[in-house]
Amino acid sequence: MALLRVEDVQTGYGEMQVLRGVSLTVAQDEIVSIVGPNGAGKSTVMKLVFGLLKPWEGRVTFDGRDISGMAPEKLVRLGLSYVPQVDNVFPTLTVEENLEMGGFTRTGSLQEHKERVYELFPRLAERRRQRAGKMSGGERQMVAMGRALMLDPKLLMLDEPSAGLAPLLVDMIFEKVVDINKAGVAVLMVEQNAKKSLQLADRGYVLATGQNQVDGKGSELLSDPEVARLYLGG
Amino acid sequence: MTPVVLAKSVLLGVPLWLFVSSLLTFKPAWLKHLVSIAAGVAVALAMVTLIPTGILSYMTTFILMASIYGVLSLGLNVQWGYTGLFNIGIAAFFAIGAFTSALVTTVKPTGFNASFTQQAFGLGLPFWVGLLAAGLMAGVLAWLIGKPTLRLRDDYLAIATIGIAELVRLVFQNERWLANGPQPLRGIPQPASCLAGNGCSWLPGFVNDFFAPLTPRDYPFVYVAIVALVLYVVYRVLERAIRSPWGRVLRAVREEEASAAMNGKDVAAFRMQSFVVGAVIMGIGGALYAHYVVAIDYGHFDPLYGTFLIWVMLMLGGSGNNRGAILGAFVVWGIWSGTSFVVDLLRPTLAAISPDLPSRGPYIRFFLISLLMLFIVLYRPMGILREEKVVSLDRDLA
Amino acid sequence: MRLRPGERFQRVIGSPIAMYVVLGLVLVALVIAAQVKGLSGNLLFSLFVRGVLLGGTLALGAVGVTLVFAVLKMANFAHGDLMTLGAYLGLIVVALLPKGAPLAPFSFGYEFLVAFLLVVPLVGLVAFGLDRVAFRPLRARRAQPIMFAMAALGLAFGIRSLVYIFWGADFTFYYSGRARPAVELFAGVRVRPDQLFILGLAVVLIVGVYLLLERTKIGKAMRATADNPDLARVSGIDTGRVILWTWLIGGGLAAAGGMLYGLDVQLRPEMGWWLLLPLFASVILGTIGNAYGAMAGAFVIGIVWQMSSAFINPAYGHGIAFLVMVLVLLVRPEGLFGKRR
Repeated sequence: MALLRVEDVQTGYGEMQVLRGVSLTVAQDEIVSIVGPNGAGKSTVMKLVFGLLKPWEGRVTFDGRDISGMAPEKLVRLGLSYVPQVDNVFPTLTVEENLEMGGFTRTGSLQEHKERVYELFPRLAERRRQRAGKMSGGERQMVAMGRALMLDPKLLMLDEPSAGLAPLLVDMIFEKVVDINKAGVAVLMVEQNAKKSLQLADRGYVLATGQNQVDGKGSELLSDPEVARLYLGG
Repeated sequence: MTPVVLAKSVLLGVPLWLFVSSLLTFKPAWLKHLVSIAAGVAVALAMVTLIPTGILSYMTTFILMASIYGVLSLGLNVQWGYTGLFNIGIAAFFAIGAFTSALVTTVKPTGFNASFTQQAFGLGLPFWVGLLAAGLMAGVLAWLIGKPTLRLRDDYLAIATIGIAELVRLVFQNERWLANGPQPLRGIPQPASCLAGNGCSWLPGFVNDFFAPLTPRDYPFVYVAIVALVLYVVYRVLERAIRSPWGRVLRAVREEEASAAMNGKDVAAFRMQSFVVGAVIMGIGGALYAHYVVAIDYGHFDPLYGTFLIWVMLMLGGSGNNRGAILGAFVVWGIWSGTSFVVDLLRPTLAAISPDLPSRGPYIRFFLISLLMLFIVLYRPMGILREEKVVSLDRDLA
Repeated sequence: MRLRPGERFQRVIGSPIAMYVVLGLVLVALVIAAQVKGLSGNLLFSLFVRGVLLGGTLALGAVGVTLVFAVLKMANFAHGDLMTLGAYLGLIVVALLPKGAPLAPFSFGYEFLVAFLLVVPLVGLVAFGLDRVAFRPLRARRAQPIMFAMAALGLAFGIRSLVYIFWGADFTFYYSGRARPAVELFAGVRVRPDQLFILGLAVVLIVGVYLLLERTKIGKAMRATADNPDLARVSGIDTGRVILWTWLIGGGLAAAGGMLYGLDVQLRPEMGWWLLLPLFASVILGTIGNAYGAMAGAFVIGIVWQMSSAFINPAYGHGIAFLVMVLVLLVRPEGLFGKRR
């Protein structure tokens, strides 16, 4: 059964419609990647799922529950986590404090969860007292992902996790995404870097002009010459 | 119809004429004014004959004070309504205008009187010079304070203007040599007071004869005509300005539409122009006030009367709308005066609660005005009159 | 990147180090001016000590202003009047309680301490209540900053009018007519024991705020919300609770500052309004939104304020604070601890 289901949604900002009928599903332990050209509405899909936008038409369900336009603080409790593309850390807080903020809704000790994140990103363990604002782009992305993992989400949503990172770091981040997924967390991500993300994704959606154009297994999409020509820039 | 009724009606006819003419829209202008003068004097005649003298002079001073506040409110409208500048120190420009005009028009006392009233200088110049000097000084002050703060975020400008208002007030409170320190600066001349006295040498004889029945007690009738004229001129000039290319740019600056069309330097220049123009108008308002109350001291320019009340007026009337600014001044001044009646009526009740309370009546009015402001902000943020849709070429093209 | 000489000059004066140099020069200038005027170093040092004492009280108010700014992104022009409210509510409690003997060497009795403990949380709640009534609806409809400013002014003048109505326009004291002798602290510096108590209590409260912000979950959440409100929501931080605590702390500290200022100087209906400028000067000097910066700024402002009174009419005290603020705005508007944008 699908964990997340977006059903024929239309939405936008103010008067401007961005999504004109988008549908997608994410199953329990899948990695799903949304790719497509700039301005296709990829980030809008993320904001929609995470309650930052309300659907004009259609609906979003999570675990069988209607979550259309539900406030982010409630979604977090249901098991959704979201890493925005930019401004995704608290710059004046230390790494450790950033993680603690990720676990804000949890009442008990966070020690165990912090340790798990440090295990995943040993680099962060070394720098736990460092202010996040003073760190490099790759380290910030780790902090952001670590923060989002603090509540044991069922679904982790990543908005362009590789944006602005050096190639080496991109590979590292994608490896971590796979590791996270192996630990039993479904992943929905939006990526500019279509080839790499489709390689590791179980399934992919190609979004253009606010609509799904094609979907299928990641590897199939990659090898489809039509998709490559039209949407992935050859 | 006695001569005194005629004289009063002609003077009271001036604000009414200007009011009517600003409501009428038809052309040609001479016909419009002919109609409104006729209507204004007719209404004035009816008022003067029908309304008992006491109430009539109360109404006259009401129109007078509301018009002075109308000028101040128009000044704020230039800054906030049209350009979005956050001036919470209106009192500074109000006070500078009032004291400047006072110093320019009074004569420095000599001999025995000098020990009672100290002032830096007294030029003894005519009223209109005082008015211009008041505007000029307020403009200079605005330029000085705007220079470091206008390029910063709105909140900084707000706190800086609060600061400048406090500083101006402190100076006029503590510097005896400048304008008689904590004591009031007295003897500010009332313009054309001769009209309600022994006649003016600079006017032709028949005019003096016509107004001869007026006594000094009738002076508010003279001054209301002057204030109304000033208010009208300011209003017309602003209406012209706001429809000019300059006005369009100001609105663009406020809407932050400007960034694409012009560079930051120009934006800063336009913000400064609007800040200075608004301050000049506030300065003129201050001068009008000083020449009415005759004696001024720092206490007149408390942030409550000097700033807050004017904001309530503009917000209630409708910012971005000159008519709204004036309407707000009249309505809020009406509420302010009305609450004075209410507090007077409640005097026995208040005295029964505590013997101290009746003397604290004004503060009950302050409290009500504060509640009014909260009410406006929460429930009527657009004011009574919404901002006019001014035809703007820029926006149509965009 | 090549810089024009003017820009380079701007950079240099805009750096934090230059700012400290400027502040240092101001102090040196004060000392030199004192030499020229023939004032004793002793007097100057006394004024310095008094400036530190005043700084402690200012810091309590400034922290609230800066926290509210950080979390809610609004300049609370009613903060000074929350101080006034605290001071006068304290007066009610002191007047209601049966009078005890002064707790020697201090001039106040147990009543003041009881009042302090009651009023601080009370004003915190009042501040939160006022937020509910006046500011929350504005946030809900995403009103322009001017609406927040006007609502705050409405509250400020409303509070002040109530104080006028209940107590009149005259100044008053917690203990009218009680002598408040000064004792020699050291080297001819004379202070009243009360003032030492005030500074001590202020420091305790400041340390408390520090611990709260650094060690507690809600304190960290406040800092997180100040950093990035959207991310805070996305992380599941309960912003309602953060706002509640921001007002409880801000309002409570304002009341504490007001009561201590009232104990040190006097109670006046206008006291809070007059303190508003020094408060904002401290906040801007220490970088808006930075709680520790605001505290540091408060001490600087307090010291400059007091020391300036050796040269000019002390009535201009808060005017001096304003001038320091304008200087900061000219040279480095983002304050001592801010990043250049």
